[in-house]
Amino acid sequence: MKITEKEVRYVANLGNVRLTDEEIPRMARDLQEILTYIDKLNELDTSNVEPMAQVLFEADETATLREDVERPTLGSEAALANAPLSGGGYYKVPLVIER
Amino acid sequence: MNIPSLTIDEVRSGLAARQFSATEIATDALRFAEAENPKTNALLMISRERALAAAKKVDDQIAAGEQLGPLAGVPIAVKDVLVTKGLRTTCGSKLLANFIPPYDATAVVRLEQAGGVVIGKANCDEFAMGSSNENSAFGPVRNPAALDRVPGGSSGGSAASVAQGTSVISLGSDTGGSIRQPASFCGVVGVTPTYGRVSRYGLVAFASSLDHIGPFARNVRDAATLLEVIAGRDEMDSTSASAPVPNYSAAMTGDLKGVKIGLPKEYFKGLASETGDLISKGIDVLKKLGCEVKEISLPATDYAIACYYIIATAEASSNLARFDGVRYTTRSADSPTLIDMYRNTRGEGFGAECKRRIMLGSYVLSAGYYDAYYLKAQKVRALIAQDFARAFTEVDAVVAPVSPFPAFRLGEKLDDPLEMYLSDIYTITGDLAGIPCMSVPCGKTAAGLPVGMQILTKHFDEPGMFRVAEAFERAGGVG
Repeated sequence: MKITEKEVRYVANLGNVRLTDEEIPRMARDLQEILTYIDKLNELDTSNVEPMAQVLFEADETATLREDVERPTLGSEAALANAPLSGGGYYKVPLVIER
Repeated sequence: MNIPSLTIDEVRSGLAARQFSATEIATDALRFAEAENPKTNALLMISRERALAAAKKVDDQIAAGEQLGPLAGVPIAVKDVLVTKGLRTTCGSKLLANFIPPYDATAVVRLEQAGGVVIGKANCDEFAMGSSNENSAFGPVRNPAALDRVPGGSSGGSAASVAQGTSVISLGSDTGGSIRQPASFCGVVGVTPTYGRVSRYGLVAFASSLDHIGPFARNVRDAATLLEVIAGRDEMDSTSASAPVPNYSAAMTGDLKGVKIGLPKEYFKGLASETGDLISKGIDVLKKLGCEVKEISLPATDYAIACYYIIATAEASSNLARFDGVRYTTRSADSPTLIDMYRNTRGEGFGAECKRRIMLGSYVLSAGYYDAYYLKAQKVRALIAQDFARAFTEVDAVVAPVSPFPAFRLGEKLDDPLEMYLSDIYTITGDLAGIPCMSVPCGKTAAGLPVGMQILTKHFDEPGMFRVAEAFERAGGVG
């Protein structure tokens, strides 16, 4: 399989990462090498295997649920303290909707 | 008190005998760390105020005649992917260079409740992605055993700090080998507990179905003590297990008579010869201690890396989506529109390896590829877990190398990401299966480079794993 620079740009947009023109060919090469290696999974017949999405161990079914009780949460001041831009108790971002 | 070789037992007995105070330990440890850390860059930050405050609390408890916690007065480094309230937490990333978390990770809360003294934040690969600690935005860590070599990764700073002596024990995280491999490279003990054994509340997520928090220490007993403190159910992490936490030290009897050890043949091919020789010597020690050793097969091993780099990157691409310029300190100056803000912030902020993994993860999850990659990988993951489940019907523990080779030179594998990925061949399987596994020092090469032996047991059998490791250590290990 050949990973084109066009595909790299498409995937970069999916992942919301701006790549520079210098980064693109290198990324295409790296992805191609790794994906070619990954193709070895096709040697394995997995037609009768159930996929494993999570590590499972023996526990009561409700063991991972806590009591549904009210509790204090992080206040908005603390939550916003690391924001690059905030105001009026909100995060501020560039204009999304044109008037 | 000799700071670089201090153990939890020495701290405990010294405090009990009033040989020194917790404040004296903290002061000496801080002085040592401030003087020695520049040699390795293992710590990104030394938390003087927090350490002294914690030490004073312990001294106040002593003065009041109160019972001390199991980690009272012990200097501890915390990998910088675990959030610490009011203490800068960078994840080794430029993106979080100024991030001051508003809360503490559960593991940190627990170790401080036990009297532990957080002495600093440990360097690591950016967002825990790497096998050499060279992906940190704040410079690589040097291996205390050989300063021109890497300490391993991603928890390279946590391992190097314990090896160098700037902390007595430390916390790391392991997603594909990030605790065991640096422990092996630096010659310390490193433990990846059962998936769910330790709450991950406050661990900045990399791959949620694979992430583990675990301890580093200079001996098995200290690692077990730290694990005992941080393990157990936490309401703040729905994946944390409710199984009771056993007393690990009770399992360390020193006696291994009749313990059945499996040696997976797939793990012994392609080993660097010195590494292979040292592991063989380690196995001889286990035999002398009364273990019954036999060859086993874990046939899906060869597919583990391919499987891992689909699952881990898919999960990472989703977990790292939160670093978008809105909430976490850094936003690109070039943000005319929302989408430009996302893309430019991330393009400028993430290092090369993070971008590579976000790209790979986005690719394997993109429309039309899900079945071929992600679903396929989940099925292969099931085969790898089944391999271990089958093995543990025959043997009590699996013993294997941690890494195919000892610590490599800085820069040696930096230009070839696949080559770097392949170095995780023996550690990735344990994470995929979610079983407890650890690295225990197993001698040194002629050049003085440490080698680690890996011990793996079934889910929640940390006692069985520690029993083997501690008996091996007590018998003197390999030379």
